[in-house]
Amino acid sequence: MMDVYFDNAATTRVYEPAAELVTSLMLNEFGNPSSLHDKGVEAERYVRGARETFASLLKVKENELIFTSGATESNNMAIFGAARARRRYGRHIITTAIEHASVYNPMKELERQGYELTVLPVGSSGLVDPEAVRSAVRPDTILVSVMGVNNEIGTIEPIADIVKAVKETNPETLIHVDAVQTFGKVRFYPSRLGIDMMSVSGHKFHGPKGTGLLWVRGGVRIEPLIYGGGQQKGMRSGTDNVPGWAGMAKAAQLEFENFDDKVAGLYDLREYFIDQVLQIKGTAVNGGLRPGSFTVQEDPLACAAPHIVSVSFDDVRAEVLLHAMAEKGVSISAGSACSSNHPDISRTLKAIGVPKEHLDSTVRFSFSFDSDREQVDYCINALKEVLPVLRRYVPGGRKKRR
Amino acid sequence: MYFKSILVKYGEIGIKGKNRYLFEDALMDNIRFALQGIDAPFEVTKESGRILVTFEGTYDYEEAVSRLTKVFGIVHISPVVVLEDKSFDAIARTVGDYMEEYYGKPDFTFKVICKRADKHFPKTSMEAAADLGEYLLDRFDGLRVDVHKPEVGVHVEIRNCVYIYSVDIPGPGGMPVGTNGRATLLLSGGIDSPVAGYMIAKRGVKIDAVYFHAPPYTSERAKQKVVDLARIVSRYAGPIRLHVINFTEIQLAIYDKCPHEELTIIMRRYMMRIAQSIALDEKSMGLITGESIGQVASQTMQSLMATNAVCTLPVYRPLIGFDKNDIVDVSQKIGTYETSIEPFEDCCTIFVAKHPVTKPNVHAIERSEHHLADVIDEMVKRALDTQEIIECS
Repeated sequence: MMDVYFDNAATTRVYEPAAELVTSLMLNEFGNPSSLHDKGVEAERYVRGARETFASLLKVKENELIFTSGATESNNMAIFGAARARRRYGRHIITTAIEHASVYNPMKELERQGYELTVLPVGSSGLVDPEAVRSAVRPDTILVSVMGVNNEIGTIEPIADIVKAVKETNPETLIHVDAVQTFGKVRFYPSRLGIDMMSVSGHKFHGPKGTGLLWVRGGVRIEPLIYGGGQQKGMRSGTDNVPGWAGMAKAAQLEFENFDDKVAGLYDLREYFIDQVLQIKGTAVNGGLRPGSFTVQEDPLACAAPHIVSVSFDDVRAEVLLHAMAEKGVSISAGSACSSNHPDISRTLKAIGVPKEHLDSTVRFSFSFDSDREQVDYCINALKEVLPVLRRYVPGGRKKRR
Repeated sequence: MYFKSILVKYGEIGIKGKNRYLFEDALMDNIRFALQGIDAPFEVTKESGRILVTFEGTYDYEEAVSRLTKVFGIVHISPVVVLEDKSFDAIARTVGDYMEEYYGKPDFTFKVICKRADKHFPKTSMEAAADLGEYLLDRFDGLRVDVHKPEVGVHVEIRNCVYIYSVDIPGPGGMPVGTNGRATLLLSGGIDSPVAGYMIAKRGVKIDAVYFHAPPYTSERAKQKVVDLARIVSRYAGPIRLHVINFTEIQLAIYDKCPHEELTIIMRRYMMRIAQSIALDEKSMGLITGESIGQVASQTMQSLMATNAVCTLPVYRPLIGFDKNDIVDVSQKIGTYETSIEPFEDCCTIFVAKHPVTKPNVHAIERSEHHLADVIDEMVKRALDTQEIIECS
């Protein structure tokens, strides 16, 4: 049995050199960068190194980077921090219907606290319409948060056009991008893109869990989320996670080696997978089909990130399908957990108008640069084996003949 | 306040005639098991109608109390001060110190209840109680005597040592597990079956459990949830052996060959048969289910009759007359509720017919089961042969 891991949008295996660096730092350079002795200074060198790495990969300034415990913290810091810092200028905030919970729920919390929230709809392939953003922005709009790549269907949002629409309407409005599924899969430079804040998560690109960063454009002031010993210029107190952040930086370096070739290869693999999966009866792919970018394309299906494919399967429940696939050694995840005792129906799938009968039968396959055709073939074969069996036992009674 | 000892009082087992020592010994064993891993050496001893747990050195008192109050057979426990010096002055001083330390500034009505088992002690029980009461009244301004309905009863027992206590922490009652044989629980991931197991164990019955797993229709997490539930019940019932049966093949065969409205009844009949066969292997004397009349289609009187028909062992249904709310209350009390409501599905909604029979006819069900005749024995055997055993404690 092959072990095929197609759940890289959930988390990834840590790159070996990154894991080795983490271990070595834990055992050898275990000092606290806040300490004055040599051990502390040595440890600080690694945090500085990590900062330099990200600064050069993103083409931003080192002092614009705040290391965090992951994207949930980064998103919370960006949203609450900006809303608090700007509350005197307005109370209107904007986000989209398909954001990750770590953006959506902070936005909802701000709404509860008295801010006015506009949630923008998306089209059938998951695209936010920049013109809809333009008409939503008002003089009192302080923050717009839009994800770079959707985590469930892999749609790349037209961030460049959205930035233009926002800044032309209200140049004071801050733009935050949740780049968790974007960083390491799409080449972009946040400063040149014109956004103001961006969140990244280490474990999505083969770094350790519990690591992330928030980039905040120089000159933009937000309030901290965590108060304490004043680390990271008071923006994020708490002892530096030296091994974690150094490991994350190492992983980022490796992720960007031969980047363009790897991305092209991944798009090929995605296309290959989609060709194969659509040959199975009763399947539909959600989101984009062809490579996308940060600008609106004429072809609405040219909006795909290279690593995520969302597929709906007729007459089989996602949960059952993924357990059956797990038995074959293939790890995938449900596009949406939804049944009587799962309250959390996927907002994304509902927002793009996936038919009701598919909400509970949508599965996400997500690749990494290490994925290959052999794994795809194995996965497709496994699907072909399990689907006929599972489809014989369809929910709510026997539809097919014995 | 530090208590070196905890006094354990038990109810029903005190009256079991010549078998009494069996019950007491079982209770002592169960107490020892429950306290395993507590952070100090301890000794469990028996003394005239009660059990004394004595700890050596400092220990986690809260944890010890929490564990003891889950041991079936215990009616209540009292943290007790044990004094070896039996002079009246020493007793009076210790009782006073105990009151001060435990209650700070005592401000309530009280009464001293004295029991003099050691007849060498110079005062009678009544005299000792009166004198100790007077001593306490002198020492604490806030104390008032009320011999009829005191807020606090201060117990002073003069035996080979002196025992001083005033607090009763209620235990679960019931009978010591292991004194009433063994039964096999059909455990699902739901709210009812763990409660049913708890209730039968409370009557002194040792419990085994059977869980029917249906991969890929039910997940590993659903199975883990059942293991977690068995572990919670085992805090009361002692170690539980969980038999995990792979039921998928049988379920699919029933689905393929039998009328859909009878699926659940037929499925449950096979579950009972399999559970019974495990029970007989384990020398267990009955089956336990969480059924309650009319709760769902498969728990109407007719359905219960149909599932019961395949059992030769008695089937115990302790929740039979409970409303769902009552069951939820117990599950919250014993701590299984939070786990039971985790959203992992057990025997899969996929196999539930839209309109299941509510008044099945046993003969009709038997006729439907004939469709399985050529394969089912083999499948049941395979299910039993491939069972996974998980010891939960």
